[in-house]
Order: sequence, then structure tokens, then C-alpha cells
Amino acid sequence: MLFGVGVLATILIFARNMRLLFCMAMPFGRGCENVFDMSLNIIVLAKQVPDTRNVGAQAMNADGTINRAALPAIFNPDDLGALEQALQLKDKNPGSRVTVLTMGPKRATELLREALYRGADEAVLLSDSAFAGADTLATSYALTTAIRKIGDFDIILCGRQAIDGDTAQVGPQVAQQLAIPQVTYVRKVQAVENGTAVVERAIENGVELLKAPLPLLLTVDGTASPCRPCNAYRMLRFHRAATAQEQAADDYKYSAQAQADEALTIKEWALADVNGDAARCGLSGSPTKVKAVTNIVFKVKESKRYTADGEQIKSLVAELLANHTIG
Amino acid sequence: MNNILVYCEVRDAHVAEVSLELLSEGRRLADKLGVQLEAVALGCGLQGVPAEVFPYGVDTLHLFDDARLSPYTTLPYAEALSKLVRENDYQIFLLGATIEGRDLAPRLTAELHCGLTADCTSLEIGDYEDRKSGTTIKNLLYQIRPAFGGNIVATIVNPHHRPQMATVREGVMPLSVVRGSDYASTVVQHAVADYISDAAFVVSVMERHVQPPQNNLKSAPIVVAGGYGVGSKENFEQLFALAHLLHGEVGATRAAVDAGYTTRDRQIGQTGLTVRPKVYFACGISGQVQHIAGMQESGVIISINSDPDAPINAIADYVITGRVEEVVPQIITYYQQKQ
Repeated sequence: MLFGVGVLATILIFARNMRLLFCMAMPFGRGCENVFDMSLNIIVLAKQVPDTRNVGAQAMNADGTINRAALPAIFNPDDLGALEQALQLKDKNPGSRVTVLTMGPKRATELLREALYRGADEAVLLSDSAFAGADTLATSYALTTAIRKIGDFDIILCGRQAIDGDTAQVGPQVAQQLAIPQVTYVRKVQAVENGTAVVERAIENGVELLKAPLPLLLTVDGTASPCRPCNAYRMLRFHRAATAQEQAADDYKYSAQAQADEALTIKEWALADVNGDAARCGLSGSPTKVKAVTNIVFKVKESKRYTADGEQIKSLVAELLANHTIG
Repeated sequence: MNNILVYCEVRDAHVAEVSLELLSEGRRLADKLGVQLEAVALGCGLQGVPAEVFPYGVDTLHLFDDARLSPYTTLPYAEALSKLVRENDYQIFLLGATIEGRDLAPRLTAELHCGLTADCTSLEIGDYEDRKSGTTIKNLLYQIRPAFGGNIVATIVNPHHRPQMATVREGVMPLSVVRGSDYASTVVQHAVADYISDAAFVVSVMERHVQPPQNNLKSAPIVVAGGYGVGSKENFEQLFALAHLLHGEVGATRAAVDAGYTTRDRQIGQTGLTVRPKVYFACGISGQVQHIAGMQESGVIISINSDPDAPINAIADYVITGRVEEVVPQIITYYQQKQ
């Protein structure tokens, strides 16, 4: 009887902590955590990027530079794959929590809302003018400080690379700064059990199955499963999600709902909130500098022109044979 | 002297071709700077490595030979390399932009706190004017790479941090043998236990499956490449027929691969292979910069496109304006007749 009351009280006190609830709800709960508690704290690193895959003429300035404003800002494709792996882990491990972290300007809340629509539990925006102009090392430093503030994590998932830089550097750099192992080019997280993950990754001309201990950072490549779509019910709820600053704006209509539903608040952290060292952030904290950016110029050739007419192609083939281009 | 270090990727006890390309480039840069070229290889059973790398002008080769270093895992390699770099204070450190190089290099830069440029297509030595301090830094490594999805080219420098690290794409640097294989260079066999802690071996490879490349696209003298304009997987069969007839290989653009017309291992361009065949047939390829980046050094370029103003026509030697499915079968027919 005494035991029962204790359990009930514990459930009430820690009702918001699923990890403890799972453990304590079992009779003689001591030591059961390893067996029954499969919940994971997962952090997904995501980036809002200009859609560089379809740079049309309207996105090019007359001087050959790119007009970023003319390109749509999208959820980086590989990061969506990382989010899907996180959500699959959550499906398999009840009680897991998926937190999406992005660094970017204020408008990156669009990406965070999209992550919430697709199934993420929590969203964090890391935003400060001190982060502007960061190369990969300065970016990874800033993200690492934010991850430390989030605190408890088992797995960090991120995309292999972002389509605006294609560097594939931030994931491994974060892993090093957190002093945890990394596995890159992951196609699928096969299982997470007893503090160990089994993952499938691409290697040159092949695949590999790796076993790695938690905590662990994984970068997910484009061959992983595509992300599940936005869920309509979640859209109804989370289109109201906003940072405290956005909620304070005059045109924010959902103050009552946001007060009743804590999940509608997107956390926003600046440099001071994550105890970051300004000297390691942004342009000044970046070892690499851009010396020059040039437009791509190809050598234009004088070409011989033909039509699809039979006689013309016949003469072309004869010429190619005669000058030993083919044959 | 602050030398140049090149990481040699070892596959099945042989040095990967991209690493030999990097050694060739490293030798050129070392001569320009008046320094030595050093190389490092990790793995198991590396007896054959010296003879493979010395012809490319390596002055000192560092070897870490241990059963636990094959197959590759990140942490032990990162520990050994960061210690080696700290001991020798290299000014430049180059790795291949392969899966292995792109896994290892960023981890090292975070450890060594230095800058890294990914996927370079060209390297040069030059000066840099630091506007902030008003000084000019001499003999920096210019790391040149496509940026912003390949729509522009950026030149990156690391003015104040060493080593200057870069990964370089496979196939963009020409191989250049500068010495006979009997050239006496120094081999340093390192004691692995001095460089790598046991704790670094926490990630284990359970299974590994490698399939040799299914095509010979990279070294084919004739490439018949198709783009989205080919229209279907069935039409792509005609490209295979032409390639077979000419003893060539079939390549594709990313759009054609994404459309499912052929497999990803045939993709040519910035995110695929770089090829420089004697003859390049561009069938139904409009000519996005990302594709042209992977084939512009082809000898003779023949464009087959229904759009007479397709951008690729500007760099083509021969332009046939017509539909791929009409033109390619005719080329096959007339070729067979003439032979």
C-alpha cells in the first residue's frame, strides 16, 4: 500500500518526465530502467537554405552574382532525412523526444514550424548577429554551445551536407567538440538498444554496418528514407508556434493558446543565452576567408551545325570517321 | 620547414587513385614553395604503399600499420593524424574529397582549430591582403571550389591558421609521375600505441560490402551522356547501343538520374564524376553549369539537342539540332554502314 502511494505520487510529480514515469510505473522499479525505458533524447540539427538546385536566370544579377532573395528558402533536403530518422526512432522508442535546433536569421522559424508539422516535439532557434558570416568551424562552435544548453541527449542527427555550401563539415565538427563518436553518410539507423546504435552507412562503392555507443552524432545522406509529410492536425496546432518575440508582436493572434500550450513557444537563444565566446563566432571566429567569388566562364567554341536530316548526319559520321574522332 | 602533407587513402592495401592525384598536386605545390612533400597512410598490411607513392615525388612517408586500423573508422585515424600534424607543423594538409576524406577532415579541423575548404577543384599559391590588419600574407594556398550549388566559383584562403586544409575532388588533378620507383625516400613506421589510445576503438564495423564499379566511365575514351531531354529509360537504351558500338561508356546528368533513366554511378558533373574523354556525346543535355563542370575538358563535344539554343551548344564542336531518339539511331546506322 505504501509502495502504491509512493508510485502514484512519483507519477504525479514527474508526470512530465516520461523517462521516470516509465521506470517508476513498474512494480519494484529499481534497476528496471535499462530493460523497459527505451526513450531517447534526440537532437536534430537543421538549416534553412536557398534552393540552389534551381537557380534560374531571374536569380542571377547582371554582374554574375546571385540574388539570394530571389531563391525560395527551403528545409535543407538532407536535414529532412535526418528528421525522418529521428521520428522513426521516436516511433520505435516510446517516450522519446525530438528537439530541432537551427542557427539562422529570425525567418528560420519557418523551418522550425515545418519540423513541428512533421512531428518534432520542440524547436530551438539560435539567432544573433554575432553568428553572421560564420564558416563551418564557427557554425559548429555555436551549435555546440546550444546543444550543451539543451543538455541531455542520446543521439544528434543532422544532414550530411547543406545544398548552399555542400561542405559536409558541420556534423563531424560538432561531434569532435562534444567529444562523441560520429558516423557520417548514414542511410538507416537500424536499431538503438542498450546504449548502442547499429547504423548502415555508405562507403565508396559499398555499404557498411557499424556498431557505436551512445551518445553519438549521425549525419544522414540523401539515400535515406524521405521525410514524412506535414501532418494536418499538427499544422492546425503548430502554425501558431512562435518565438517569444514573435508572440509579443501586435499581429500575433494566438496569445491565449500559446499561454495554455507551452509547446507553441519556439525557444530563441542569442549568444549570451548559450554562454558563447564571441571571438569564436561569426566572421571573426572563422579561420577561412573568401578571397574572391567569380562567375563561371566556359570556353566558347566555334561549333559546326547540323540538322536531324539523314544526309546531314551521314556526312557528319563520315567526317568523324575521317578525322579519327570515332572508329 | 613547414612541409605539405597528403593523406593517402588505402583501399584493399592499395593507395586510392585520388590520393595519387593529390600527391601529384602536392609535389607541384611543394616545388613552388620550396618545401618537402610528405604522405601518410594508415591501415593494415601497408608493405606495398611505398612503391606506389614514391614515383609521385614523396620525400617522407609516414605509416601506421595495425590490424585494428582496417577497416577505417573515424576516431583512431583522427587521433593519429592530429598528433602527427601537431608534431610536424605542416603548412598544408590535403585529403581526397571521398566519403572517407569528408568524414575525417572536418573532425580534424575541429581538433586542430584550423580552416578547411571542401571539394576543391583547383589549388594555387598566392598572396593575400588582410584588410583588417593591413598586411599582406605571402604564399598562401588558394583553395578554389564551386560554391552555391555550383553556380559560382569561390577562392578561399586560411590566412592565420595552420595547417591550411582542403579536400580535393577525385579526377580533377592530373597524375604526374616525377621519379622512378627506386627513388630513395624516407619511410617512418610509427608505433601505433604512441598515437592512438585504446579508447578510440569504440566504433566497430560489423559488416562491410564493397561492389567494384559497374562501369569504366572515368577512363572511357568515348562517353555517350544523356540528360533529361532523352525522355525515357527506353530512349536511354539507344545511348547504350551507341556507346557499345563505339567501345565507350554511358554517362548521365543528375536530372536524368533523378528521373530514373539510369543509375547514379553514371552521373557526371559536380556531384558526380569528372570525366575528360576524347569524345563526349551530350544527348538531350541542356548544359547546366553543374554538369559542364564535370565534362568541359572533353576533347571533342558533340551536342544533340532539339533546342538550337541549349547552353551546352556554346562549348560543343558539333551541334545536331534534333530529337535524340531520331538522331542517335541514324548515327548508329551510318556508322555501321561506313565501317
